[in-house]
Parts: sequence; C-alpha cells; structure tokens
Amino acid sequence: MAFLLNYKGIGVDEKVNRWKHGKRIMMGLAMLALALSGCSLKNQGEANPLNPKGSVAEEQYWLILLSIGVMVFVMAVVFILFFYAVVRFRKRPGQTGIPKQVEGNHKLEIIWTVIPIILLTILAVPTVAYTFKHAEDYSSAPPEEVLKIKVTGHQFWWEFEYPDYDIVTAQDLWIPVGKTVFVELHGADVIHSFWIPGLAGKTDTTPGVTSKMYFDAKEPGTYLGKCAELCGAGHALMDFKVIAVPEEEFNAWVASMTNPPATATEPAAVTGEEVFKAKGCINCHAITPNGASLGPNLNNFGNRLTVGGYAENTSDWVAKWLINPQKVKNGATMPAIPLTDEEVQALVDYLASLKNYE
Amino acid sequence: MSAHSHLDHLPAEPEKATLEGRNKILGFWLFLGAECALFGTLFASYIALRGNNMGGPTANELFDLAIVAVATFILLTSSLFSVLAVHSMHQHNLSKVRFWLAVTVLFGLAFLALEIYEFVHYVHEGHTFTSSAFASSFYSLVGFHGAHVLFGVCWIALLVAQLGRKGLTVVTAPKIYVAALYWHFIDVVWVFIFTVVYLMGKVG
Amino acid sequence: MAAHTVKRYTGLMDWLTTVDHKKIAILYLSSGLLFFVFGGIEALLIRIQLMFPMFNLLDGQTYNEVLTMHGTTMIFLVAMPLVFSMMNAAVPLQIGARDVAFPFLNALGFWTFFFGGILLNLSWFFGGAPDAGWTMYAPLALREFSGTGNDYYLIGLQIAGIGSLLSGINFLATIINMRAPGMTFMRMPLFTWTTLITSMIILFALTPLAVGLIEMTFDRLFGANFYNPAGGGSPVLWEHIFWIFGHPEVYILVLPAFGIISEVVSTFSKKRLFGYGSMVFATSLIGLLSFMVWVHHMFTVGMGPIANALFGIATSLIAIPTGIKIFNWLFTMWGGQLTFNTASLYAFSFIPSFVMGGVTGVMLALPSADYQYHDTYFVVAHFHYVIVGGVVLGLFAGIYYWWPKMFGRMLNETLGQISFWFWTIGFHLTFLIQHFLGLWGMPRRVFTYLEGQGWDTPNFVSTIGAFFMAVSVILFVINILITWAKKPNAPADPWDGRTLEWSIPSPPPEYNFKQIPLIRGLDAFWKEKMAGNKEMTPAEPLGPIHMPSPSILPFIMSVGLFISGIGFIMSKYEFENSFLISIFHSYAIAILGLVITFGCMVIRSLKDDHGYHIEPEELEEKGVKA
Repeated sequence: MAFLLNYKGIGVDEKVNRWKHGKRIMMGLAMLALALSGCSLKNQGEANPLNPKGSVAEEQYWLILLSIGVMVFVMAVVFILFFYAVVRFRKRPGQTGIPKQVEGNHKLEIIWTVIPIILLTILAVPTVAYTFKHAEDYSSAPPEEVLKIKVTGHQFWWEFEYPDYDIVTAQDLWIPVGKTVFVELHGADVIHSFWIPGLAGKTDTTPGVTSKMYFDAKEPGTYLGKCAELCGAGHALMDFKVIAVPEEEFNAWVASMTNPPATATEPAAVTGEEVFKAKGCINCHAITPNGASLGPNLNNFGNRLTVGGYAENTSDWVAKWLINPQKVKNGATMPAIPLTDEEVQALVDYLASLKNYE
Repeated sequence: MSAHSHLDHLPAEPEKATLEGRNKILGFWLFLGAECALFGTLFASYIALRGNNMGGPTANELFDLAIVAVATFILLTSSLFSVLAVHSMHQHNLSKVRFWLAVTVLFGLAFLALEIYEFVHYVHEGHTFTSSAFASSFYSLVGFHGAHVLFGVCWIALLVAQLGRKGLTVVTAPKIYVAALYWHFIDVVWVFIFTVVYLMGKVG
Repeated sequence: MAAHTVKRYTGLMDWLTTVDHKKIAILYLSSGLLFFVFGGIEALLIRIQLMFPMFNLLDGQTYNEVLTMHGTTMIFLVAMPLVFSMMNAAVPLQIGARDVAFPFLNALGFWTFFFGGILLNLSWFFGGAPDAGWTMYAPLALREFSGTGNDYYLIGLQIAGIGSLLSGINFLATIINMRAPGMTFMRMPLFTWTTLITSMIILFALTPLAVGLIEMTFDRLFGANFYNPAGGGSPVLWEHIFWIFGHPEVYILVLPAFGIISEVVSTFSKKRLFGYGSMVFATSLIGLLSFMVWVHHMFTVGMGPIANALFGIATSLIAIPTGIKIFNWLFTMWGGQLTFNTASLYAFSFIPSFVMGGVTGVMLALPSADYQYHDTYFVVAHFHYVIVGGVVLGLFAGIYYWWPKMFGRMLNETLGQISFWFWTIGFHLTFLIQHFLGLWGMPRRVFTYLEGQGWDTPNFVSTIGAFFMAVSVILFVINILITWAKKPNAPADPWDGRTLEWSIPSPPPEYNFKQIPLIRGLDAFWKEKMAGNKEMTPAEPLGPIHMPSPSILPFIMSVGLFISGIGFIMSKYEFENSFLISIFHSYAIAILGLVITFGCMVIRSLKDDHGYHIEPEELEEKGVKA
C-alpha cells in the first residue's frame, strides 16, 4: 500500500518525474508500432481508394494525397512545438518561482490565423473544381460515348439495367474498359450506397430520389463493389462485382445477354427448370434478358461470380443458399422454401446451366 | 394587513424586482429561442412536404380563409388582452389583471374551438393524419401550435385561480409576465402559420 | 423574517430530492460512468466480432443492435452527462455563485436524462435494441424494416433530450445573471465561456432533434408519412433534421472539453492562458459555424455540386478557429513550468491527439474526396479520434482535476498514470489503423468482412487496442473505489489553482461561498494570490444565506415521462395477459404517465418554494453539513 502514492499537492514531482523518460520511450515505441502497422500503404490486392484503377478514383486519390500532405505539415508543426515544450519546459526538481505570465502575441496570432487560411485555400480550389467535375451529368450523351446504367439497390442485392440494350441483370456489372459509365441510382426499399472503392467514390441510393454519378475503369479486371450505407442485417455482405473488359468483349457480352441460348437441354437442368417453376421461384426471379422482378434476375446466373453477392458460385454454396438463405446471409429476404435433396440438386444443375457463354 | 397597503409597497416593475424574477424572465426568453428552432423545424418539414398530397385534397382545395381570418383575429385580440393584463400588473391592480387574463383564456378557447371544427371538417374531406406527407406535416405543425395554445389556456387559467389566493407579489408577478410572453410567442407563430400554411396554400 | 424549519433529507432521499448543483454533478458523473461501462462492453463486443474475418460471435441483426446502442449510449448517455457533470461541478463555483439559476430544473434535467437512458436500455429485454445506427436513417428505421427497438430510441432520447435543453437554458441564465460582482464576461474562466457557448448551441440544436424524433415517432406509431416515401415522405428530410442537430451536437461535446483543457493546461503550466481574447472569439466562432456545416454528413446523397461545395468550404473554415485554440494552448505551455500528473497528462496529450482527429476532419470536409471516405472506417477513425482523443481525454482531465473539489479526496496518482498510459496506447492502437482500413475499402457498420482483402491483421490489431482501453477503465474504477474509502481531507487548493473554485473548501459547503467574492480580474484567485492574499475579498457582509428547497417532484415527473414512454412504446405489444393489453392498447398507461408529469407541474406552480435560510451563526462553524 505504501507504493500507492497519496498525492499531496505541489512538490511530489520527484516521484512523478520518473515518468518523463518512460513517457518519451513509450511515445517512440508507440509511434514506431503505429508506423509499421501502416506498412504497405496501398495494401496490394484489391483496387481501393489508395490504389485507384479508374479516372474518378485517380482524381479523388490526387485530392486525398494533397490533403494528406497539407495535414502532415500541420501535424508536424504542432507535434514539434508540443514535444519540444513538453521536454524543455517541464518543471525541474526544486524549481521554484512563477514563470512570466504572457497575455498573448499579436504577431503570432495573426500568423496562425493567416497560414491556415492559405492552406485551406490550397485545398479548396481543386476540391471545388473536382466537385463540379464529378457532378457532370451525362444523361443526354449518345450511347457510343457513354454507357448508361440504371442501378437499383435492394435489400440485399444490386439490380443493373442497361436501358440502351434492354438488359436487366443483377450482382455482376459488366462494363467496357476506358468508356465513361453513367449511373442513375434508385433505392427500392431503404437507403443503400453504391460504391466501387477502386474506381470511384460512392453515391447513395435513396428511395424517392434519383441520384447520378459517373465512373470508368482504366484497366480490365474484376473490381469489388460494396454497399456503403447501413441497410439492415445483410448490409455487410451486400457485395457486387464490376467486370471491366475490352470493348469487343463487352459487346459480345451484350449480344449474349440479349440473345441467350435456348432453354435448358441437359436432363438434370430440364428437371431443375420444372422445379424452378413449380416451387414458385419464377414468381420472384425473372430469367428473361430484360425481366425485372422482386428478386435478382437470374438470366446469366451460371456465369455469375458469386451467389448471395459474396460467396463463390459453386454447387456447394448454391445448395447452401437454396436450403437456407438466411444462414448464408443474415436478413436475406428470400424465404427458405422446403426442398428435397433431389430438388436442391436439380435446381443447382439448372441454375448452373443458365449460361450465356462458356 | 389590507390588500392596498401590501400593493403600495410593490415596486414599479414587480416582475423584475427579485433575482428569481429576472432569472425566470431571462430563462423564459431563452426557452422561446429554443421554441423558435422547434417551430422552425416543423415549418421546414411542412414546406418540404406540402406538395406531396398523394392524390388527396390540396391546400388550395381545403382551406377556407374566412374561418382562418376569424381565428387569427381572435388570437391576435387575445394577445392584446394579455398586454392589458401586464399593464394592469404594472398599475398594481390585481382584479384587472385577473379580468384581462380570464378574457385571454376565453378567446384562446374560442380559437381552439374553431380549430377543432376546422380539423374535423378536413377529416371529412379525406385529409387525415395518415393520408399523405402533406397531411401529416400539416396536422403536426398546426396541431403543435394548437397544443401550445391549449397548454397556455390551462396555464393562464391556473394562474388566474392562484392569483386570487396569493395576490400580486414579487413572486407572482414574474408568473404573469412570463405567461403573457408565452402567449405573445404563440401569437407570432400563428402569424407565420397563417402566412406560410394558409395564405401560401391558397396562392401557391 | 425568521427562517422556517428546514426540510432536510438524508441518505437515498437526499439524493432523490437534491437540487444542489454539486450533488447533481455527482449524480451525472456516476450515471455517466455507469453507462460508459455499458457502452464499453458494446464496443468490446463489436471489436471481438471483427477480430477475425467471417467470425460469428454476433449475427448481422444483433451486431446492428450492438453498434446502434454503442453509439447512442456513448454520445447521449455518457459524453453529454459527463459534460453536464463538469459544468455543474465547476461553473457556479467559477463565477462565484451559490447555485445555478434554476436548481429545480437542474434536478429535473438529470432525472429525465436518467430515465431516458433506462428506457433506451430496456429495449434489450423487450424484443431487441434499436438497430438502424445512432443516425436512425429512414426508411430503415421505420416499422416496415425494423422491429420495436427503434421506438425505444425515439422515445428514450426524446425524454433525455428534455433534460439537455433544460440544462442549456439553466447555464445560460446562470452565467448571464449570476456572476459575482466584478466578474465581467471577459474575466470569466475559459471553462465558463465554453459552457456559455455550448449552452447556446444546446438551445438551438436540441429542439430540431425533438421535432425529428417526434415526426419519426408519428411515422412509426401513428402511421404518419414524414419519412416514408410510399406516403410522399422524404428520407432526406430526416437526414437534414437529424444532422442540423447532429453536427452542433458534436460541438456540444467538444467545446466543454476545450474549456477543461484551457483550465488544466494553464494551471499546470503555471501560466495564464495565452491569447484569452482570441480563445473567447474562437470559441464563439466555432459555436456559430457549427450550425452551418451539417450537409457535410450528406455529401453522397447527391444534392448537387453547389450545395456540396458550399458546405465543404464552410466545414473547412471551422479548422481556423480550432487551430487558433491549439496554438494558444501550445503557447500557454511555452515558457511555463509544466507539472505532470494524471490530470495534466490527459490535458497535454489532448493537444496532439485532437489535432490528429481534427486534420482528418478537414480531409473529410472536401466533397469529392469524401465520396471515397464517407461511410468507411476512415470516418470511424476520425470521429473516434476527436471524441476519444478529444472529448474523453478532456473529460478525464476534468474528472481528475476537479475530483478533490467534488469529493474532498485525491484520486491515486500512480493508478491514474498507469490508467492513462493504458488508455493512450489502447486508443491509438485501436483507431490509427482504422484510417487505413477505410482507405483500403472497408465500409463501416459491417458485422464482418471477407478474408483475403488485407483487412484481417489490421482488424485484429485494432481489437487488441480495445482491450488496453478496457484495462484502463478497470484501473480507473479501482481508483475510484479505493479513493472512496479514504477520509475526505483533500486541501481546498491542491493544484495551486487560478480560479475561484479553489478558494473554497473541498468539498465546498452547501452554500459554496460564505460571502460572495469580489472579482478584480481574470484568474481571480490567482490575482489575489499574487497580491499576497490567501483568500478572496468578500463583496458582501456576512448574512443569512437563502437556499432552494429540495424536492421530490423532478424525480416523480421523470418517472411519469418514463411511464408514458413505455405506454406509447407498448401500445401495440402483444401481451399474453388481456388486462395488460387493454391498459396499453387503449393508451391508458401512456396518458397516466403524462397526467403524473403534468400534475407535478401544477403542484409546482401552486406551491411556491420559498427555500430556507442558513443563518450566520451556522456559517461561523467550519463546514455546515451539506
């Protein structure tokens, strides 16, 4: 108990000052740990705001870097003054007297008012410029120049309509590389937010509001898309994929989507199609190229990358989904319809057969 | 101790004669500031939503400016009566204070009666609280104002009653002043409602 | 006039009926700390769930409830009450007053907060907690997409909000009308100034919240159509109303912390505050600007470039007065004699920590870049830096600083400093890495994440930090307990303070000042000390002191509101018992609660409280029983 000090007012600094060294060492270690934890600043892997692959994301990245630069400067000034003061002006043991009481300093006060104003102006000018640029409305641009897509956020999946090509699909968003994609955003139920971190910033899909944004992909690839507004239990798993391909491949995809192969021919798939219709799946899931429905359009499900938006599109996962959607995605609005094992297998085969290309 | 000699010792502005009185008056002004933000928000909601009548009756179809004009006249006059009550208080005339406050209450009740009649009429026209965003915001804005009038009516009535027992003192004077202040406030809010809801509803 | 018999309570009744600002400060402090433990447990649950990818401690729905309660609890039931605790403990003493302008309303403010908080937490037991985030966006928050939990949020906060508004009015009137003779506005301590500005913000920010809450309550309980698009309502309207409250709210939290920092830094640098005038100006400007920036929470709604650009610029402007304050604190330390103890460690370390949070705020203020940051962990990192690295550090500094004045005991220094280090290391470990998680594409409010995105280790590290903070809190609680066991013999002025509260005993007698002091300048007590005086010069002769009477009415009024709240929330609940169904579905309980509250208001109006007097003879004895 003697170890526990009873602080008795000024003058106990002898014991307390042992901390000053400890404090400096701790600060240093903490800074080092934090710096190391920030290693690999771009987090190789997914394209993301720090690793942009689209024009809009690149411009936003530039703005991010500029603001980080300015802010690091501000922090450096503050930190240097702070750490210097903390070391230089700490009360020494036995020090008495009252330091000079300084009311203020007009010159200093003006400096630290004017310099921040200048720094903010440096940030404000490109910000306003980009804010207007990124709000550009391409609704009346011709289809050859701009690909227009109507995005609708649902709990917990994404619907994509290509009005110029009369295609309605879901979850996988095919776009041509290098071409501006202009998106019109709608919310079907609650507020969601359409976000492709590697290609552009996000825009909310608000029910009752039509919002707009544009983006492009500069390189071919598959980009992760996320929902970025809390929308219920399934929010975390409401992913989608952006598949950016060269223009010819994109045109081929469009053609395949609008002229899909004839209905299923494999026996297993034929049975699956019957189950699909008998069990009522067809009531919520359109399988025509341009059918809108309560649930995702499954026209090209066999080609899709995921099931449930995030799980790999394998027969295993599809089966899991069919048997109990809520287990795969908490909050999924698709009901768990009772199915026998054979029915599950038949549906799995049928869904896998829904391919528009190999 | 006669009522007269007691009142003779009363200072000119009895409501401000004590620290408690001054605090109450300042505190109430501050509260009215918060109420401005409250009604401001209700107005903002109304203005945002008034176009969304979802096929039901519009403002233009519903409102009858004649009734609204009468109600406005009643409320504005009642505010005048509350001014006379405070004036009587400064003259240290207790019975006049109680008289003018009582008339204020009566006119407030008349206003409320008209408003209830008006709402019942609208409900018959299909304009109900749940029928549309326009309706919800209308009834909330005008209804909250009406609730404030009702609260004021009860408050001033209670005040008239207790003044009979306690008389006019440096403790009861701030109550009179603050109640009158409240009554003026809901009067001012009504002027805005009259303009933004009813007048603009007819022309907009 | 002879003093009438004093009705004095003891024990529990003393606490239930007190209108004494010093006791109310302790009530706010204990409840705030209690809710802090709840909010902290919710935080730990969140962090444990996120420790590993695709972890399943909590499913999506439960996680959403935990995160909603974490945010709501920390902001409304922890930060605000602790702020009110500090204001109650210090401001009347700092201005030389005997209590606040409206002691009865002060008590009412506390009890409404307390019962609002209880009501909110009842949700856990009756069908689940609110689950749409502390921001409660429509339509997710409406009946169609959620259970009953959100009703507890709407009504619980409505009740608690009444208390906040009352406190705002109270402190404004107190500071304007009740300063000791000689204390002009420009001689008030900075904490009193920040309390003044904060109270002005409260005055205008809390009522929009009340309207938003009532409109959503109408939507959920009575079928109104404010925010429901199907009925012509507008989800964006909710966003506007919420953030018109929500943004000033964060300044309600941080300005008092700024005030505490000014006091503590100044005291433990042994220097007057550098640039007092510009500190006052900066605080006022921040208060004003706080109402002009709310759309920066809505940049991604798509309201257009003009709106976004204007609000982006307005938001950035707040950096200027904030920067002024930072430099003024640094230059207060400059050339001083710095003493390091728990209070000053928190206060000094506030400066770099808050700046880290503030600069990410400027980054977030820039619209096009914000389209990437919005709703990601970058935002989570920012606001935790300013709230934990700002508000909480300020509150801890204030708690350790004013503890001796409030309780007459000194908190243990060694435990305090160990606790400080665990807190600092834990806090940076948890939140620094979250900036990167956001920049690497991790959205917020997600109950899990897929592996292989490079998010696994950062999340794990972040969770470790949370445990460090938990240890810090445990040590703090132990400190409180062992301190409680000590004798109350703290000195009146343990820190060689500069302001009036240090000129009276610890804890002060119930009337605070035997004689109201005469103020001769800024840092009034320091001025007297420098002139060679040990005490303040009195501004009035010794005489009977008028005190407000205690009252049980605030407690009962709050219980009435609580009952009414339950009555409204349960008005559609399917009870098993048919009697319960009849009394709830008919709104009888809801109305009963309101009758109780309004009945108390009638009683209060009819029964004038003349208070009681403490006679000079009692004052001559040292320490009248509080």
